Amino acid sequence: MDFSYDDEQEALRDAVRGLLGKAYGDFENRRSVTDRDPGFDEKVWKGLADMGALGLPFPEDVGGMGAGLVEVGLVLEEIGRVLAPEPYLSSVVVAGGVVVAVGSDEQRGELLGGLSEGTKLLALAHAEPRRRWGSPVHLAASEKDGSWRLDGVKEPVVQGARADVLVVSAALPDGGTGLFVVAGDVDGVERSSYRTHDGGRAARVTFNSTPAVPLGEPGADVTAPFGHTLDAARIVAGHEVLGHMSSALTSTRDYLTGRKQFGVPLKTFQALTFRAADMYVDLELTRSTVLWATMVLDAAPDSGDWSAVTEAASRVGLQVSRAGRRVTQEAIQLHGGIGMTAEYSVGHHLSRVTAIEHQLGDGSFHLARLAAKVGDHEDVDPLP
Amino acid sequence: MRLELSTEDAAFRDEMRTFFTTEVPKGIREAVAARRELSKEEIVTTQQVLNAAGLAVPNWPVEWGGRDWSPLRRHIWHEEMQRAFVPLPLAFNATMVGPVIAAFGSQEQKERFLPATANLDIWWSQGFSEPDAGSDLASLRTTAVRDGDDFVVNGQKTWTTLGQYGDWIFCLVRTDPEAKKQRGISFLLIDMSTSGLTVRPIELIDGGHEVNEVFFDDVRVPAENLVGEENHGWDYAKFLLGNERVGVAPVGAVKRVLVQAKTWAAEAVEDGSLLDDPLVSARFAEIENELLALELTALRVVANSADGKPHPASSVLKLTGTEIQQAVSELVVDLAGPASLASGAGDGSDVPGWARRATPAYLNLRKASIYGGSNEIQRQIIARTILGL
Repeated sequence: MDFSYDDEQEALRDAVRGLLGKAYGDFENRRSVTDRDPGFDEKVWKGLADMGALGLPFPEDVGGMGAGLVEVGLVLEEIGRVLAPEPYLSSVVVAGGVVVAVGSDEQRGELLGGLSEGTKLLALAHAEPRRRWGSPVHLAASEKDGSWRLDGVKEPVVQGARADVLVVSAALPDGGTGLFVVAGDVDGVERSSYRTHDGGRAARVTFNSTPAVPLGEPGADVTAPFGHTLDAARIVAGHEVLGHMSSALTSTRDYLTGRKQFGVPLKTFQALTFRAADMYVDLELTRSTVLWATMVLDAAPDSGDWSAVTEAASRVGLQVSRAGRRVTQEAIQLHGGIGMTAEYSVGHHLSRVTAIEHQLGDGSFHLARLAAKVGDHEDVDPLP
Repeated sequence: MRLELSTEDAAFRDEMRTFFTTEVPKGIREAVAARRELSKEEIVTTQQVLNAAGLAVPNWPVEWGGRDWSPLRRHIWHEEMQRAFVPLPLAFNATMVGPVIAAFGSQEQKERFLPATANLDIWWSQGFSEPDAGSDLASLRTTAVRDGDDFVVNGQKTWTTLGQYGDWIFCLVRTDPEAKKQRGISFLLIDMSTSGLTVRPIELIDGGHEVNEVFFDDVRVPAENLVGEENHGWDYAKFLLGNERVGVAPVGAVKRVLVQAKTWAAEAVEDGSLLDDPLVSARFAEIENELLALELTALRVVANSADGKPHPASSVLKLTGTEIQQAVSELVVDLAGPASLASGAGDGSDVPGWARRATPAYLNLRKASIYGGSNEIQRQIIARTILGL
């Protein structure tokens, strides 16, 4: 058993930290980048591509790096740490993950190659108004003479307006869920973009008899592999939350040390330092669960045990929800008024962890999944 | 990053599992499973079975019966004992005074005390806390004044757990009243049958007799029973309190109670199980998830450390471990429901044993966040030594 990173992984982290630190170490830069469309810095995105970060989880034969999800997690933690607004989670992990899981060899080569090089931005169009995480998809796919069309609305679609390629979930005519590839600028797609609270962009995307190419085998129900991909993303997303929690705590510690009131540093007051101690406890416990789940996920392609991944995803989802909220909320409280301001970084961590959680499934969603199965096992044994 | 135990560690785990489930008397393990109070004999018997197999004091130096295991193996040993409902080696002997004598005692003291301490031929009690020295331990006032070849001890200790069984007591005593707080303290070994030493029981809120007051009235202690150097006792006490990072969190034991609680949830109602209630199952799921995070954190601490120094994360384990332990005991009372009131019922009651013991166990475990450095002290350690606040 080993919970430590090897030298190559440390080197990757240092490289990503260097690039992102240069871009967003000064929080003012992050503000100006998120104030302009598309809400992230294309040059930083290209920089991540050049160092191989965008292709990390994809096989080498489609232009990726063939690395594991531990490496992807490392990148995400660094992104969380400095609140980098690049859509790594939504584009590489979620949309890219879906293409890996469901796409044909040809589609994988075409889409993932461009994604890895930073020339093709992918977005998953899945969420729909008045549908929650476990709900069936409403947007309809129809087929005539072997060609497919989509009708309906997706919203909010993260980076939906900027995306070069949309991967769209749809209800198949004979039941089940299919995934479809649609070029972002094709006729029959209307996209209206807006800013999201976490500095990113999302869009309302309408499909009006829009021609679409099935991802993978036409007409096949992809509910299972799609679900697995979302569960994998829930685990990997935990690493970004760790980055946010970790920075929120560091910032709080520095503030309690530097800020004076009543003529003394804030750290003089135990009412404050005890709360910082609880933040540390939350961070360490969460890190344990996230690392564990990532190792469970990494073993899944070999073991084929996706039920273990689903369970691990909910264990991470619940832990990250509870602890992520507590830590980022407490960080604001312990900073006082300055923590509420847009120009100071700390409050944005709460905004971003809220966005992540509600993109992929909140604590109650995961608690319900776990509670339904609590009678199925004696105990939870983390070791294989 | 790798989740599996190495082949060797996995084999070690199997070896431990087999030993604990086959060599420790079944009746004793069943008593632990039923959360029944153990007799002195049951505790002694278990420790002697373990000691005969070299499994009572693996944390000690090898020449005194230790095993030189990795922290991970010690963790596995500790977890497997709890998993098999084996009562743990008496902490006062195995993790407190034994390591102190082995590290700081004279050769005579080691030969005289260590084998008997490992085998629980001597039952040690702890004489640290006093009525006016709780979390602020260094303000203790029990004095030891040199008189010829003896120290004469006067004062009072309190919260002495299982002191009613004690043969010897290791005490922190003030030997230099002029020195500043921590400076004038010495570490003294005292035979509890010495005249002038009195043990008085303290009844706790669960109705049990677990802790005691110990009074010292001109108790004469041979000077040869001083451990290490005079006035350096505080260093040894810090060593004692900080040298154990394995087993700070009672993961295995809490896990076993939680496993049983699922059975009890079914026993608590005529049809089905309380687990069918989504509020109850959600409570189980939350606790299981917290316990998982705790267990993994304990594994991270032991897996990534080779040196023997106290790890600051020990405070995280103690803090969280006791909170979860308390939450589980609270859950069990709620599962027992109206039956939990029958805590005093004897034979002839229709209320099952687990439900009768639910409330006393719940009340008793409020101690967990107070002893061993209260959870507030743990927060202070985290804030100061880890966060630098």
